[in-house]
Amino acid sequence: MLFFKRLKRDVPFVVLLSPALVLMTVFSYLPMFAGIVAFKDFNYLDGFFGSPWAGWDNFKYLFQMDAYYITRNTVLYNVAFIFLGLVVSVALAIMLHELISKRFAKLYQSVLFFPALISWVIVSYIVYAFLSIDKGIVNNALTGWFGVEAVEWYSETVYWPYLIVFISIWKSAGYNAVIYLATIVSIDPEYYESAVLDGASKWKQFQYITLPMLTPVMIILTLLAIGKIFYADTGLFYQVPRNSGVLYPVTNVIDTYILNGLKGQGQIGMTAAAGLYQSFVGLVLVVVTNLIVRRRSKENALF
Amino acid sequence: MRSASATTNRLNSISKLSNLSFHLILGFLSILCLLPMLLILSVSLTDERALNLNGFQFWPETFSLESYRYIFAYGYSVANAYAVSIFVTLAGTALCVLLSAMYAYSISRNSFGARRAFTFIAVFTLLYNGGLISFYIVCTRLFDLHNQIYALILPYAVNAFNIIVFRTYFLTNIHESVIEAAKMDGASEYRIFFNIVLRMSLPVVATVGLLSSITYWNDWMLAMLFIDDPGLYPLQYLLMRIENSVTAIQSVAGSAGASYAQAELDKLPVESARMAMVIVAIGPIALAYPFFQRFFIQGLNLGAVKG
Repeated sequence: MLFFKRLKRDVPFVVLLSPALVLMTVFSYLPMFAGIVAFKDFNYLDGFFGSPWAGWDNFKYLFQMDAYYITRNTVLYNVAFIFLGLVVSVALAIMLHELISKRFAKLYQSVLFFPALISWVIVSYIVYAFLSIDKGIVNNALTGWFGVEAVEWYSETVYWPYLIVFISIWKSAGYNAVIYLATIVSIDPEYYESAVLDGASKWKQFQYITLPMLTPVMIILTLLAIGKIFYADTGLFYQVPRNSGVLYPVTNVIDTYILNGLKGQGQIGMTAAAGLYQSFVGLVLVVVTNLIVRRRSKENALF
Repeated sequence: MRSASATTNRLNSISKLSNLSFHLILGFLSILCLLPMLLILSVSLTDERALNLNGFQFWPETFSLESYRYIFAYGYSVANAYAVSIFVTLAGTALCVLLSAMYAYSISRNSFGARRAFTFIAVFTLLYNGGLISFYIVCTRLFDLHNQIYALILPYAVNAFNIIVFRTYFLTNIHESVIEAAKMDGASEYRIFFNIVLRMSLPVVATVGLLSSITYWNDWMLAMLFIDDPGLYPLQYLLMRIENSVTAIQSVAGSAGASYAQAELDKLPVESARMAMVIVAIGPIALAYPFFQRFFIQGLNLGAVKG
C-alpha cells in the first residue's frame, strides 16, 4: 500500500525527467551498446546487424598499426596542456588580482577571456592568416624583414607541437584564469590582514596564503583533466592544421583518427576499435581520478 | 569585494615596479588576443590584387569593400547559414535549458525515491560514451537524422554537466521550506517547478543558457556528420567548407545564379571574401560580448568552482 503511494508520488518527477532521459538514451546509452560494432567486420551494405563478427581482429590491426602514435600524441599534448595551462592560468589570475587598477584588471580579463568564445573553425582561419605559405603574415615577415626563406608551415611537422600547445593555451588561458581568480577572491581577507600586521611582504603572503589556498583547486582541476587525458579537443586538432595529411604524425590524435575513419579514410573496423579503446581507457582513468579527488574533497568529484 | 581591498589597498599593494610589469605582461597578452581579429578585419577590407601581390597585412595596403559587397550581393548561402545557425542556437538552447532543469529538479528533490538511480544514470554518461562511430551508426541507421534540422539540435540538448550545474544550484539555493509551503497550498510538483523554482533560478538559467548557446553557435561537427544539403549548412560548417577551394567560394555566388567570365575570376575576392565571412560570423559574438560579459564571468564562478 505504502509502496504504491510512493510510486504515485514519484510520477511527477519521472514525468519531468523523461524528455531528457529519452534523449540521453538515444544519444548516449544506445551508442554505448552499439559500441560492439568494434567486434564486427562492419560494412555499410550489411549494416549493423548483418555484418559478420570479427572478434578481436580490429583491435589487433589497430595496435599493430596506429594505436601507438595516436595515443602518444593524445597523451603528450594533454600533459603539455594541463601543466603549461595551469602555470599560465594561475599566473594570469594572480596578476589580475594584484593589479592596482581594478578597471584595467577588468579590461584585461575581458580581452583575455574572449578567445574562449570563438569556434575552432574561425581559429583555423586566423592561423591561416598567419601561416599561409604565400600570403601569411609570418612568411611575409620572414622573407621581407628578416630575409630568410619562407617556411611551408602546413607541411613541416617540426613546428606543430609548439604551435598547437601555444594555440590551445591562447584559447583557454583566460577562461581558466577566471576560475582561479574566483578562488583567490574567495580567500578570507583576515588571513591577509593578520599577515600584514605581522609584517609579511607581498611575496611571503603569496607563498603562505594564496598558494596553499589555491592548491586544492589546482589539484582537483588537474586530476579531472587527467581523467580526460585520452580525449582531445577535435576542433583544435582537426580544424587548425586544416587536416593536412602530411602533418598527421604530430597532429593526429585518437579523436581525429576516428573522425577521419568515419569520413572514409582508413578502415572503419580499426576506427570503431579505436573508439571503444578510447572510451574504455577513458572510463578507467575517469573513475580512478575521481576516486582520488573524492578522497581529498568530496564535493568536487563528479560522484 | 572586501578581499580585494585587503590585498590591494594602499597599505598592502604590490610595488610600483611589479604593477608596471604586470601591466606590460597583461597588456602584451591582451594584444595577442586582439591582434588576430585585427588581421582578419584588415584582410577583409583589402583589395584582392593587393593581397595577391603583398600577402596579408595588418593594415590594408589598398582599401576595398569589394569582399563585403560580394558576400552581401551573392551571399545567399551566408544569409541562409546564418538563419540556420540562429534557429538551431535558439531552439537548442531553449531545449537544453528546459530539459536539463527538469531533470535536475527531479533528482534534487529528497522526496523522489529513485533519485540516486537517476543521478547515476546522468553522471554515467560523463564517464563513458560509445564513441563517434557507434553514435553515428545509431543516429543514421537506427534513426534517420540525415539532413534533418533536428540532427543539429537534439544531440546537444541534454548534457549531464548542465544537469549537475542545475542540481547544485537547486540544492544550495532553493530552500526546502519554500517547496513545503507551496505544497501546503496544494501546488503540484509541476506547478512548483515551473512557477516557483524556475523563477528563482534565473542566474543559473542564464549561465547554462549562455554556455549552451556558445556550444550550438560554434559547432561544426554535427553538420559535418549529418548534413550534406547546402540549404541546411550552419554558419561554422559553411566557413569550413569554403576554407580550401576557390570553387566553393564560387558556389556561394553560384547559388544565386551569378556566373563569372574567366577574366573576372581573377578579380574574385577569394581571400578577402573568406575573411569577410569570418568577420560576419564573429560579428554577433563580438558585439554581444560587452553586454553579456558580466553574466559569463559570474556564471563561470557559479558553475565551475562549485562543481
